[in-house]
Formats: sequence, structure tokens, C-alpha cells
Amino acid sequence: MAGTAPPAWTPAKPIVQLVDVHKSFGTVEVLKGISLDVRKGEVICIIGPSGSGKSTLIRCINALVPVTSGTIRVEGIEVADPKLDKLALRRKVGMVFQQYNLFPHKTALQNVMMAPIHVLGQDRREVEERARALMRKVRLAGKEDSYPGELSGGQQQRVAIARSLAMRPDVMLFDEVTAALDPETVKEVLVTIRELAEDGMTCLLVTHEMNFARDVADHIYFTDRGVIVEHGPPSTFFTAAQDERTRRFLSQVL
Amino acid sequence: MSDRSDGRDVLPVLHPFRVVPTRFAPRLRGRHGLLLGLGAVLAAGSAWAQAGAPQLSPLAVIVKWAPLLLTGFAFNIAISLLAMLIGTVAGVGLGLAILSEQPVLRRAAWAVTQFFRNAPWLVLLFFVMFLVPFQVTVLGLRIPLPDWVKATFGFSLPVMANVAEVVRGAVRSVPATQWEAAESLAFTRRQILWRIILPQCVKRMLPPWMNIYALVAMATVQASIVGVSEMLTLTAQVHAAEGGRPELFAPLYGFALLCFFLYCYPIDRWTARMERRFQIR
Repeated sequence: MAGTAPPAWTPAKPIVQLVDVHKSFGTVEVLKGISLDVRKGEVICIIGPSGSGKSTLIRCINALVPVTSGTIRVEGIEVADPKLDKLALRRKVGMVFQQYNLFPHKTALQNVMMAPIHVLGQDRREVEERARALMRKVRLAGKEDSYPGELSGGQQQRVAIARSLAMRPDVMLFDEVTAALDPETVKEVLVTIRELAEDGMTCLLVTHEMNFARDVADHIYFTDRGVIVEHGPPSTFFTAAQDERTRRFLSQVL
Repeated sequence: MSDRSDGRDVLPVLHPFRVVPTRFAPRLRGRHGLLLGLGAVLAAGSAWAQAGAPQLSPLAVIVKWAPLLLTGFAFNIAISLLAMLIGTVAGVGLGLAILSEQPVLRRAAWAVTQFFRNAPWLVLLFFVMFLVPFQVTVLGLRIPLPDWVKATFGFSLPVMANVAEVVRGAVRSVPATQWEAAESLAFTRRQILWRIILPQCVKRMLPPWMNIYALVAMATVQASIVGVSEMLTLTAQVHAAEGGRPELFAPLYGFALLCFFLYCYPIDRWTARMERRFQIR
């Protein structure tokens, strides 16, 4: 499955590369040999039924979950290496979660500023300037001094995106970031991600938003029971799915 | 029942009885305690006055000795505060050691915590009193260790273990997702603990921590058993100095009770209020 990208968008080497990744929790094998490539500037969507290992897959990429076997390479870093420098990896990979996970004791702006100051050791004034710019970018100017508890779900999620972007990552991972939101606020978060994609950010999304995937993704992977059943660009994926499981899933969600 | 002034309602009529809902909550305030204690002292005093003996009245005895007894009480408070300070600093360290990723350190810290949490305070006190020498020599310099210092150390041991447990529980109560979010931002484990997890814990730790303090404050009277001149010791000495008259027993010890009540009850109320407030959030 790796390296089967259509020639239309085949620039340099993949920025994220998974080869035959397996992951077991005890005796339960959640990932059964996943291979996929993400190239710079691409937007990849992973879809599939609940419990198909999508979240585990995305968490393996920034080493929140250690893999059982297989290789993951992110910008030349071997993620499955036991001597992995996790901090170096995580500086390159941003992650946004379903439940936002903002730090509740810090204001929105402080949430965005914390990591660049304390992890990267950057100058506070320069970071603040950038953080304010990011708050404007996610359309939250004026909410800088609000605490997470005072913001709506959609607003919190956009702060979480800004917080991740403040580290200037090379890749952004989105783990069902709209699943906990009500329908009206889903849109504002998706607009933010879409703008990010248009700016050329490399994005890997686990999502249930099929229309969004169709509009924004360069490539879609469908996973079921720990394997990639089918993948392709949205133009063919949604109209000409080959596999029976994919067709059944699409008929249910579309 | 009958109102004759306006000429009507001259017959004695049984009016319907209106039940007024009582909203009595058994909540004592400091002044209630003060009144109760004062009442007890006064009652004892008047009971004695009726006896008409030529000795000092119990109230007069208390007034006479109050400065000394209150000095003793201040000593109790000083011991409790110092024990709390030492115990908290050591307890936070121990609590973090329990959460350590190093198995040896974690197990050792766990064992220490369990040992001191499950030992009677008085036994710990005796141990410290008799195991720690009355003076230590550091670099040829003799540092005396008076009894009250040893007692303070003795009380700080159970405080340490209980604080360690509070810290452990509070850190564990922070959702794992906070760790994940911080880890994804490349924070180190130490940074996550100190910058993200512990600041969120302070609020949760405050009520149980104050609870421990109230317990320590009340436990300090146990130091009288090992001869520290705190309030209870002084009360016994005052009682003896006044000839050990039986009628002085209740007023004198009542005074000690009152002092502790007035000190600990507000702490207890404040703790309860904080618990309620943090529960809502």
C-alpha cells in the first residue's frame, strides 16, 4: 500500500511513513499491519467504523502509544526505536484531541504560550506576539484571557489547535476533533482546519465528517478491524469503492 | 387567643395552628462555643460560690492562670504549625516519590507512607522521644534538641505520610488526558507535574490538607504525655498548684477544651465551605 500514490501529487519523500505497523493491547490485536504515507502538504483522512483502531493508529505516530512491531518514520525519526527521543519527535508533531484537553488553570492565551516558552525556551514577548496572531487566525481574538471553562466546545477546540500550532509542527494529527461538538460548532472547527490545510500544513485526520473528508482530503484511508481495507483520492474513493466493507460503511454514513 | 379590644372575637376560639417550619441546621459558630464554655465556667463558679469556702472561685482561678495557660496553648499551636510545615514539605516529596517512574523509589516511598499512616500517633511520638538524642553534635557544635522539638518531629511523621497520600490521590484524580495533551506538546515529565498537574491539584488538596492540620492541632496535647510543657501539662500543674481541688477539675480542663474548640472549629467550617465550593466547579 505504501508508495502507491498517483503521479499527480508525488513530490519528495513522505514526511510520515508507516510500514506494517502492528499494535496489540494484551491479546487483542488492534492494528494488524498498517502501512501508509503522508507527504508534505498533504491532507490525509482516516475513516472507518468505531473500534477499527483509527485513534490508536494516530496515537502511535507521536509515540503516545508504543507500537508492537513495524516501523514508523516521521521526518527521519524512527518512532519505534526503543531509544527514541520522544521530545524531539513531539516537537515536530502537533496533536489535537477529541476532548480538547486544554489546561483548565490557564487562560486561552497562556495555553497557547506555555509550550513554546517552557519546551522550546523561546522569548516570552516573541511567543506572545505569535500566540495572539494564532488566536486571531482561529478567530478567537478577544478571548485571550478567557479560561477554558468559559469557552464553548468549538472555541476550546480552536484554542487547542492554536496551542498545537504555536509549536510550529511539521505535521498535525487530529483525533476525531469534532466528535464531541454539537453540529453548529463543528463547522467553525472544520473551517479552521480547512484554512490550515490551504496554508500547506500537513494534516492527518481521523474523522467521521465525510463531506469534509471529500472536500479537503488529498487521500482517504478506510480502516476496519485493524487493517486498511481501501484507500484512494476522494474522487474515486466515494464513487467507486471496490471493497464490499467500504461500500457498506459509505452507504450507512453518507 | 381572644382579642377584646375591638369587641369582636370575645369567645375563646381555638385558632388553627400554623406550623412554622423550623429551619434548624445544627451548625455551631464560634460564639456558640464561647457561650457554652463561658456558661460551663460560670455555672461551676456559681455552684462553688454557694458553697461559700474562703478559697478562690474557679473563675478567678482561670483568670489568674489564663496568661500561663494561653502561653501553653500558643505552644500547642506553634508545635502544630511547625509539624505541619515539616510534614507538608516532606509529604509532598514522598507523594511525588510514590508517583515516580523508578520502581525502587516508588516502592520504598509507598512502604514509608503506609508505615507512618498506619501507626498510632502516640507510638510514633514515643519512638521519636526515646530514639532521638537530647542533643546532636554537628562539626563539633552541640545542638540541643529540647523535648518540644522532638515532639514536633514526632508529629510531622504522620503528617508527612497523610500529606503524601493526599498528593498521590490528587495527582491521580487529574484526568489522564491532561498528561496526554502535555506529552504531545513535548513537555518533560517533571514539567508536566509541576506546571500542569500540580497547579490543578492545589484546590483539591486544600480541604484534606486543612483537615490534617485540625487533627494535628488537636493531637499536640499528646505531647503532655512525654513531658512537653504545652497546655495540657500546664493545666495539670495549675490544678496541682491550686491544691488539686476537685471542683477545679471541670473548669480548668473545660477552659482547655474551649481553647481548642475555638481554634479548630473555624478551620473545620472553613474546610467544609471550601469543599462545597470546589465540588460545584
